[in-house]
Amino acid sequence: MTPVLEAEGLAKHYPIRRGLLSRASGTVRAVDGVSFQVMPGETLALVGESGCGKSTTARLALRLLDPTAGTVRFEGQDITALHGAPLRALRRRMQIVFQDPFASLNPRMTVRDILEEPLIVHAIGDRTARQTRVAELLGLVGLAPYHAARYPHEFSGGQRQRIGIARALAVEPALVVLDEPVSALDVSIQAQVVNLLDDLQRRLGLSYLFIAHDLAVVKHVADRVAVMYLGRIVETGPKDQVFADPRHPYTRLLLSAIPRPDPHRRLARQAAQGDLPSPANIPAGCRFHTRCPFVIDRCRTEDPALHQVETAHLSACHRAAELPPLDIEQAHPAPPAAARRLALYAERRAAQAEGVQ
Amino acid sequence: MTDPLLQIEGLRTVFRGANGDVPAVDGVSLSVPRGKTLGIVGESGCGKSMLSLSVMRLVPAPGRIAAGRVVFDGQDLLALDAPALRSLRGNRIAMIFQEPMTSLNPVFTVGDQIMEAMRAHDRRASAAGLRARAAAALDRVRIPAAARRLDDYPHQMSGGMRQRVMIAIALSCGPDLLIADEPTTALDVTVQAQILDLLRDLQAQTGMAIILITHDLGVVAEMADEVAVMYAGRVVERAPGTAIFDDPQHPYTLGLLGSIPRVEETRDRLLAIEGAVPAPFALPSGCRFNPRCVFRAPPCTEVDPPLLPLGPDHTAACIRAPVEDLAA
Repeated sequence: MTPVLEAEGLAKHYPIRRGLLSRASGTVRAVDGVSFQVMPGETLALVGESGCGKSTTARLALRLLDPTAGTVRFEGQDITALHGAPLRALRRRMQIVFQDPFASLNPRMTVRDILEEPLIVHAIGDRTARQTRVAELLGLVGLAPYHAARYPHEFSGGQRQRIGIARALAVEPALVVLDEPVSALDVSIQAQVVNLLDDLQRRLGLSYLFIAHDLAVVKHVADRVAVMYLGRIVETGPKDQVFADPRHPYTRLLLSAIPRPDPHRRLARQAAQGDLPSPANIPAGCRFHTRCPFVIDRCRTEDPALHQVETAHLSACHRAAELPPLDIEQAHPAPPAAARRLALYAERRAAQAEGVQ
Repeated sequence: MTDPLLQIEGLRTVFRGANGDVPAVDGVSLSVPRGKTLGIVGESGCGKSMLSLSVMRLVPAPGRIAAGRVVFDGQDLLALDAPALRSLRGNRIAMIFQEPMTSLNPVFTVGDQIMEAMRAHDRRASAAGLRARAAAALDRVRIPAAARRLDDYPHQMSGGMRQRVMIAIALSCGPDLLIADEPTTALDVTVQAQILDLLRDLQAQTGMAIILITHDLGVVAEMADEVAVMYAGRVVERAPGTAIFDDPQHPYTLGLLGSIPRVEETRDRLLAIEGAVPAPFALPSGCRFNPRCVFRAPPCTEVDPPLLPLGPDHTAACIRAPVEDLAA
């Protein structure tokens, strides 16, 4: 099977210019040699902290930025050097949903105009066909037809994100890049949007490149995970393997930092040490060695390559094979009263959802 | 048992609307014991930030506090005059906000901003003494090379560093109560973990009480001794920090717990709460949560439920709780 999206050795370096003559005095290596594939109908999650290069990687993949090095292939076709009309035609096949539902919708356009615009740009359908499509899109993301006449400010954050999703789906793309689509939303609303994305993927056979910093959300949406640190992928593999048996210390750090809704394990967490180094000044050797609890001398001098630890599970750590098993997966058993009530809640929810359909 | 440090009784904060007053906080009673952490949880728009602003008497116009009492260490804050209030704010009660990017002034150094707070409450301090205290304050929030970083501008620091500076400013006068409004929401998880650890350690050192406002029940589980769940301007459940997770009673609390994606388990679907928090000018009749509630029954649309006792120090405003009795 041909991957929908394939990136190979992608890099984006920005020169730091100083002084009157704008001489380059250094380089910010925002993305520094990243390779991955997204298969049809699959969700690949790119995870990492702010500044790790995950959003830049997504923009390179969409050709919204031009890479310094590397290639991007879309459905087997090399699109790295594509320009003009062919690139525009390609944009129909790949779309993006942004993080901030407040900043990514034009406040002076109605929802109808917002959803119709991509159709006009790509010259899809006549006026009537476009109107029908707008109504269809609103239904698809769980909004009502009368919402078409409203302006973005009349909607809540969750509803705006639905509009952003509908806009991305307007031109029937094969690949949707979701750049932190739920991190600006409340948990309860986050859950609604995560469920919606899941439904849409199943109904429309979409492929997702899901950018996130929250591993808990990723656990729910992804098929495969790629963890990024300072412009590189440091661990990648099928979701279940990466979460059950992370083979890179950074992945472990991210996992243990998530605050768990369980007061009984409050002190089980080990806090991370230090801040993310600047991508303008990447540490020598392994780029994670300044924060790594497992650091040895070799890590300070030798840059580890991504290598296989299990089938399809890769890690860029010299000590990947020797890391002790991670025990944070063992959750405190759910207290009976809470478990019983949550089960009851789920039951009622399901019954209600059926009643609606 | 000693008096609580802060006691809020029947607090009501309203905004003037076209058709009369609109309540943002509607009859909230809470207390914060000395040295403990009260977590206030709820979705955006549930009134939790407005509650904390009311405690500080910082409600923005056209809002005003319409009723209630806020007793801090024996003094009713709502009865204080402006100078008395000013000497209390930043000194005995301090506040940190969500946005470490916008809470600091970009044109002053970090040191200037820490010293400004100290000088405001101690007019006679010497410049050298202030600088030494400011450096000590930065050192306490674990900023490396503190004395040197005093001369940094906010943009030279990372988000986590800036939030540490905010905490240093808030703690510079040794407050008895720290109100932290979503202090880690804008930060990465690893940085969030560092800041939460820091707050916990500082609390152990200084014995200050904390009101922690957040929408994240994970953060609450890490920090809170007591929890109040707010919905549409009201407290709908109040319990000790462990009970809210072990023995959640209100359907809204259940919904919040069900919405959290957990690393330990893979559920097919998250239990989202459908719909959104109602606007304060369009509150439903009866229980305010009823339109979104999966356990709704006929009386829920008519009866506005009071907080009912359901366990030791545990109350919830739901006539259907405990919900397992419905199945029987």
